[in-house]
This record gives sequence, C-alpha cells and structure tokens, in this order.
Amino acid sequence: MKILNQDETRRISDKVLSLCKADECVVTINGARTGNVRYARNAVSTAGLVEDTQLSVSVAFGKKQGTASINEFDDKSLEKVVRRAEDLARLAPENPEFMPTPDKQAFRASSTFSEKTAAIDPEYRAQVAAYSIEQSRKNKLVAAGFFTDRTSFETVANSRGVFGYQQQTGVDFTCTVRTEDGRGSGWVRRDANDVARFDPRAASDIAIEKALRSVDAKALEPGRYTVILEPAASSDLMAYMFFDFDARSADEGRSFLSKKGGKNRLGDKLFDEQVNIWADPWDKDVPVLPWDSQNLLARERMDLIKDGKVANMNYSQYWAKKQGKRAVGQPGNIIMAGGSKSTEELIAGTKKGILVTRTWYIRMVDPQSVLLTGLTRDGTFYIENGKIKHPIKNFRFNESPVTMLNNIDELGRPEVLSGDESPFQMLIPSIRVRDFNFTSLSDAV
Amino acid sequence: MERRAFLNFGGLALGGLLLPPFGRAIAAEELLKPADVRFKKMLADTAMGAATQAGASYCDVRIGRYLNQFITTRDLNVENVTNTESAGVGVRVIANGAYGFAATNDMSPDGVAGAARQAVAIAKANAKLQSETVQLAPTPGVGEVSWNTPYTKDWRTVPIKEKAEMLIAGNKAGMEGGASFMQSLLFQVNQQKYFASTDGSYIDQDLHRLWMPFVATAVDKASGKFRSRNGLSTPVGMGYEYLDGRKEDKLKAAGGVTTLYRKSYDLIEDARAAGKQAKAKLTAKSVEPGKYDLVLSPEHMWLTIHESVGHPTELDRVLGYEANYAGTSFVTLDKWQSKKFKYGSDLVNIVADKTEPGSLGAVGYDDEGVKCKRWDIIKDGVLVNYQATRDQAHIIGEKESHGCSYADSWSSVQFQRMPNVSLKPGAKKLTPDEMIKDVKKGIYIVGDGSFSIDQQRYNFQFGGQLFYEIKDGKITRQLEDVAYQANTQEFWNACSAMCDERDWRMGGSFFDGKGQPSQVSVVSHGSSTTRFNGINVINTARKIG
Repeated sequence: MKILNQDETRRISDKVLSLCKADECVVTINGARTGNVRYARNAVSTAGLVEDTQLSVSVAFGKKQGTASINEFDDKSLEKVVRRAEDLARLAPENPEFMPTPDKQAFRASSTFSEKTAAIDPEYRAQVAAYSIEQSRKNKLVAAGFFTDRTSFETVANSRGVFGYQQQTGVDFTCTVRTEDGRGSGWVRRDANDVARFDPRAASDIAIEKALRSVDAKALEPGRYTVILEPAASSDLMAYMFFDFDARSADEGRSFLSKKGGKNRLGDKLFDEQVNIWADPWDKDVPVLPWDSQNLLARERMDLIKDGKVANMNYSQYWAKKQGKRAVGQPGNIIMAGGSKSTEELIAGTKKGILVTRTWYIRMVDPQSVLLTGLTRDGTFYIENGKIKHPIKNFRFNESPVTMLNNIDELGRPEVLSGDESPFQMLIPSIRVRDFNFTSLSDAV
Repeated sequence: MERRAFLNFGGLALGGLLLPPFGRAIAAEELLKPADVRFKKMLADTAMGAATQAGASYCDVRIGRYLNQFITTRDLNVENVTNTESAGVGVRVIANGAYGFAATNDMSPDGVAGAARQAVAIAKANAKLQSETVQLAPTPGVGEVSWNTPYTKDWRTVPIKEKAEMLIAGNKAGMEGGASFMQSLLFQVNQQKYFASTDGSYIDQDLHRLWMPFVATAVDKASGKFRSRNGLSTPVGMGYEYLDGRKEDKLKAAGGVTTLYRKSYDLIEDARAAGKQAKAKLTAKSVEPGKYDLVLSPEHMWLTIHESVGHPTELDRVLGYEANYAGTSFVTLDKWQSKKFKYGSDLVNIVADKTEPGSLGAVGYDDEGVKCKRWDIIKDGVLVNYQATRDQAHIIGEKESHGCSYADSWSSVQFQRMPNVSLKPGAKKLTPDEMIKDVKKGIYIVGDGSFSIDQQRYNFQFGGQLFYEIKDGKITRQLEDVAYQANTQEFWNACSAMCDERDWRMGGSFFDGKGQPSQVSVVSHGSSTTRFNGINVINTARKIG
C-alpha cells in the first residue's frame, strides 16, 4: 500500500472513531516502505523491498481494554477491527491501573522527512553494496554489510480529539570488512535521517582501513585502561542505563536510581559534571516524532542529566498521577553534549590508551549498579604518544555506564547513530574515559 | 541479538530475546478455524506455475497463518491481553542459478502469482552479482503429508480468565514467598505452516508452543538493595498441559535447594520458591573470585550449550554469511576436516535433533521441505559435523540437508537456523548429589542469567539465577554476585562428569535472533547436570555513586 497522506489517514481514523461504541478509542495508523540490500563474502546475498501498512485500534469499556489491528482498509475491514477490539476488551479483566487516553493536544512538527531518502531506489542500494565489495576485492579483503532505507508515516488519533500525522525517513548502514586470512577485521556504522548526510564510500573506506590496520593484533593484559570509545562503542552502554530512567522502578526500590530508605535519586549528582544529556524531538540531527506513540502524549525537550545530576525521569500516566507529577511523552532520542574534537584529535591527545571501534553482545550483569558485560570488536588499537601504535586483541569488559560517565577525560564531537539494540536515535560524542575495566581477553577477530 | 522490543515489554530481565512479529489481532472465536488445505494447495500450485513460467528452475511456497496470544501481569493486575494473527504467502525461487524471494498478504491467485513473478525477477537481478550458483541438495518430494505438534490441551480453548487467574495466583504466591514485586507473562503460539515445492511436496503442519516466564524481585528499602530470581519453567513445543504441574515431573535440585521441572511445570510452587530465594539473595554471601568446579543444572546449561556449541556450529556463520551481524565462528572448516579437533573432553557428546518431543525445534519438516532428523555434532569430544541447509550440504560433502531451514514469518525468507542442540546424558549412573560429593571447592548454579560471548564464540561470560557454595562435597550456603568466564574449547575440555538420563531435561529460547533484517527462531537444548573443573569465577558486585 502506498504511503498515505494526512487527509487519507484522517478520513480513516475519523471513520474508525465513529464506528466505535466503547468509552474510549485510540487509533494508530503506521505504514512503511523498507528497502534493503545484504551482502557477504563479497557478493550480494539478499535484496528486497517490503511495504506494509497497519491500523491498530485500542478501546476501553471502563477499565477493561482490548487492542486489535488489521492491514486492510475497506469499510468492512474497519468495522471488523473495531468490533474485534471491543470483543477483546469485554473479555479482558479490569486493570486497576488503567489510565484514560489523553485530551486533545498540539504536536509541533519535527523535521523527520527527507525527499532524497524517500527517493532511494534499488540501483542506489546496489551501488552502496558494490562500492564496499569492489574496494574490498581490490584490497584482498572480504566485505559483509547491510544497507536499509525506510520511508514511513504515522497517524495517531483518539476519541478526545488528539490527531497527529507525520512522515519519517532514515537510512542505516553497517559494514564489516575482514582480511582473507581472517586475521583482521574492521567495521563501520552510519545512520542518517537524510541520505544526503550519508557517504557510502567514506563509510566503507573506514571499515577497509580498520581491517587492514587490525592484522597481527598483540595481546595486552586485562586491567583498567584509558580508552577512547567511538560513539558506536558507547551508545548501547548508555542506552541500557536510560532504560532504567523509569520513575516507578526507582521509587519502588528496583533501579540504580533508587535511594536507600525508599526515595529516588532525582537531583543527585551521579556523573561527572561534564555530562549533559537530554532528549529533544526537534533536534536537527536526530529528529523524532513529537509524540509518544504508546500513550499519545506530546514529547518535550527534556534534560535527563544536567551537569552530572539526574534531571528527569520517565513517568507513566499512572505513576505520574499517583506521585503528583506531570506525565509527558517518553524520549525518542538521546543527545549528549560533546566537544569539537574529532576522534583522531582525541587520539592525538592521548599518551597511553586504547581505541575501541565497537562494543558487542552487551548484557546486564547487575541492575543494582548497571554493571554490563560485553566485548570489543572489529578494530581495537593501542595508542601511545598520540598515535595508534598497533592493533590489540579484543577484550571482555565488565563496566557500568554510571562509572564510565564519572571517569570522563575528554569528550569529542557528537555523531548521529542508532543503537544496535536500543530504540533511541542518538547523538553521542567519542569519549575518552579513565580506568575502563577489561576483565579478560578474547581470541576473536 | 536484538532485545529492544523485549526490554520495552515490561522490563523483564530476559535479555537476548525478541518479541515475535505479532501480526494483526483477531477475535478469540476465529482462532480455531484453520484454512482449507485444498485452498492452500491451489494457491501453491498457482505460485509455482507462475514462477516456472517466468523462468524459475525451482520454486517453494510457504503459506503461513500465525496465531499468538500473550497475557502480561504485574503483581495482582493483568496489564494486557492480546490476540494476534498474521497470514500470507512467501515464494522463494531459483532462476539463473540465484535465489529470489517475494511475499504478499494478498492471498488470491493473482496475488501469489504476482509475488512468484516478482521473486523470479529478483533472482534474475541477483544472478548478475552472484559469484557461485545455488546448489540444492536433492530432497525427494513427499506428496501430500501433514504433521502436528503432539499436545493434549489446546491453549486456544482455555478461557482467558483461567489463564489470567493462574498468572495472578503465581504472582500472589511469589509475594507471599518474599518477593516485593512480581511480573509474569504467558506467550502462546500456533503456527499453521503449509509448504509446497516443485520437488513435489505439499506439507501441512500445525505447530504449538508456549512459555510462561516470570521475575520475582525482592527489595530491601533500608539498604537500597534489590535482587531478582527468574522462573525455572522452560519454553516448550507442546500444549497447555505443560502447566499442569504433575507430581511425577518434579524433581529436587542437588541438596534439595529448590524444585525443578521436567515435562510439566508448577507455577505456584516455583513462584513461591522464587520469592523466598530472591529475598535470600539480599543477604547471601558475595562470592570470592577464583577457580571453582562448577556443577551446572540443565536449567542453566541450555544457554551455555546454545551460545558455545549451537551458534558456532552453524555452517552459515562458519562460511561468513553472518560476518556483519551475529559474527563468524572459530569452528572453521579445517578443524572439521582434520577429524580430530577436540572440542571437549571424551565425555562430551552433542547431538542436533529436530525430532525431540516437547522441544521448541521439533517439526516434521523444515522450511525447505526436508524431513527432520537427528545427527551428531560432537562425538566423544571430537567435532564431527555442522548444521546445514539444502544449499550448504555439498560444502561438507553431505548428500542431503540436515533440515535446518527456518523463517519466522511468511514474509521472511527462510535461512539456516539452529536445530535443538543437546548434550547427551552420561553413560554411568550418577545423580547431582553424587556428583557434588566429589567436589572440594565448587559452585552449583541453577537457572540462566546474563550471557555474553564474542563474535567467534571463544570468550564467554555467564551468570545464573541461584548459586550455592559447595565445600568438601556438600552444599553449604547461597552465594551472590557470581559469573564465570571461559574460553569455549577450554571449558568443554574441562567437562569432568555428567549425570545420567534420569536427570536429562531441556531449556530453550523463544526468541533467538540472527540475520539482517533480523529474524527470531525457537530452539531447545537438553542436558543432565554437568560438572566443569577449574573454571574462572568473578565477583560482579559493584558500587556506584
């Protein structure tokens, strides 16, 4: 189905709302056209285009809720999906924590759409793959990568007059280049809302260069080191921490933001004062929808960490009401203030340290301290006197992002990226951190 | 492996798992009406005809209807009940020696014929970039056959009220046991999968799976400490009868520290124990780091097997197809060719098996129409085989596929996924209590915890749910802050004992991620309680701010 425009989605949502006999009704219409090309062993393995549009209807009779969705849009189907949601709501047990859908509110549009991205065609995708493959072949390397582009829209509406429509675009690219003998591996990630800001040649060249430089890695003893974490290396660590910015968990005593005696740590200085992190749906580099699709509340610019202090937490509508707070839309992006230096300039200012391209397989070990484990991968280098001296073998780390953000030496220039395992659009700087805790060596290349 | 969806889903500490692509929701009364098999055959023939006419040398068609229900609860409240349905057709072809794939939810003859023609066009375009042509291992057509997951109680017929009451009763028991908070879920899956190919197969399968995880969390507000214990159920390939909690399926863990479960599960009993044990964690002794003999229960072992044997022996990873995402593998072809690569000690025998009753991976036929079977991967400690699909079999000199092809939706292309990979029980009679008698300094670990392994599967770190100190042959007390680190080959070569078949049981993953775009798969791993000597244990306690 084609990307629906605002008038079309308004007509559908109005029709659905008029059909609904429940006390409350929320309508969400999502559609996306997603193209991709995947390659490995220096050849394209899959390429495709997926188009899908879905209509979701959530209704409530009192405190009993039901949700149904469908991907057909004729009048009969619209009637059917409403009745299904109503049937489920009647079957569902009452939820004492049910909160009514929000009243009519304004959503200030954010710049999430790029014509150029929406115009990406199979030839462009093939070219992205072809460049990595050709350059890798020339250098006797083996490329594997994935490029995907997405054009989508979302409409939200409810029976209290809320209505929002916006289009989004984005591209994501990852590429791993390995030496033919498997002794070297390099990687790059690039994400952008506007494809004009994506250079596939420059991106592939980074992975190629890292692969060539990473051959014959030497072993360093595990221990605490000064590290430069490229944005892709620190973003998932930080995303884990922000999953725990839920006020209810903190108030209930089951979060690193809980305080002895049953309070939370709002306002406490938990991080180095250089740390300033906020969410802003209208940021020009990482714009996201101005509403929270889960609860239809408008998003706001919101400080999360200000001068090292916990500045805000996320309140569900239920918890906000219980605690006398105001619920707003939950953040869709994470923006961290940085400096003006490139990663290369941070390296130049490092006497002894380790450059980490990427972190991998990060898992929570202890939620009490947000202790995470994971590994370095695809480009780990030893720095001495401002220069990369040689590649080193990969490490496993056991480190908390809270500790990491207390040990900041210097911040570099922020870069746009999407986390591998997080839902956030991010703008994160390279960070030089003291005493990063590597606990064992990995033989993986 | 992606985890964002699952993390968003109530914050359960069940990382590495991904919610399935739940599709459009349906009313409960529609769940029990399967699509007519004659209609599916007609659609499949239409697609295959269109593909062949467009120039395909091979075509397979998967017609899928995926029905799911999930119920989420928190403490004494039901948070959500959702029924979903997704239905459509995926067509894979080979044309000019290359694959093409297209999918549609337009289940009309014109719709599937269009998808078939599109798949052929994609194959022809891909052929220009192909470095080697696709070679499919021969798979004789089986005609019109059917297979279904054996079950006695259909989850679709159990009233939602009954299920919700069970979950709430579990939460109540956990809180009575000592938990401050409880979260529990019930996932239920029915996949109606129809496969047809130009080899002459028309295979109709009806698959049932379910999983009931929970997390019990104990909080000590005075100290600000909190600890949790996850449920010890396993996701299964069976019906609602798994939740009957039959007496004969219960067994006591070593030292009687908790109750464990075989083919059925008692939520109430486990939740109550979890509440108590989560509370006990608040005051348990923090482990001294060092070398320990580890006695690992099957509820824990499944994940170690999954990460350190299951994934590295996937042939697509070995060849480099996952290099950009899930990674490659240390188990390179030369190691297999040498016929003497010592993966583990002589005790270690690992089999791949897509026929084990009750397992998540059990199906009659895979998503390439290959009849499922069992084969050796590690025999007496030596690597003897991999996991392969039809287009990989020739690479390891096999004449037929292992039947390891799977797609998580009708709209996803099928590719190599892990079968059930299990550690065979020990040949000598041995119980967990008898095993522990030989341990001077050790730790007994029950349940799976955090897990992480490098991209070639050498270096790993695992946590767990329950940790007990073993001193001079006896379990002494509960421990906390335990994780062990090892290198895969060294770890499996440190395997020193395993219990016999009386102790053998399965754990598994409902949402194992791989591929780009990422897909999820289901898989079980069985073992008996197993001992590994001299493994490095670290203390994970940290202080912040």
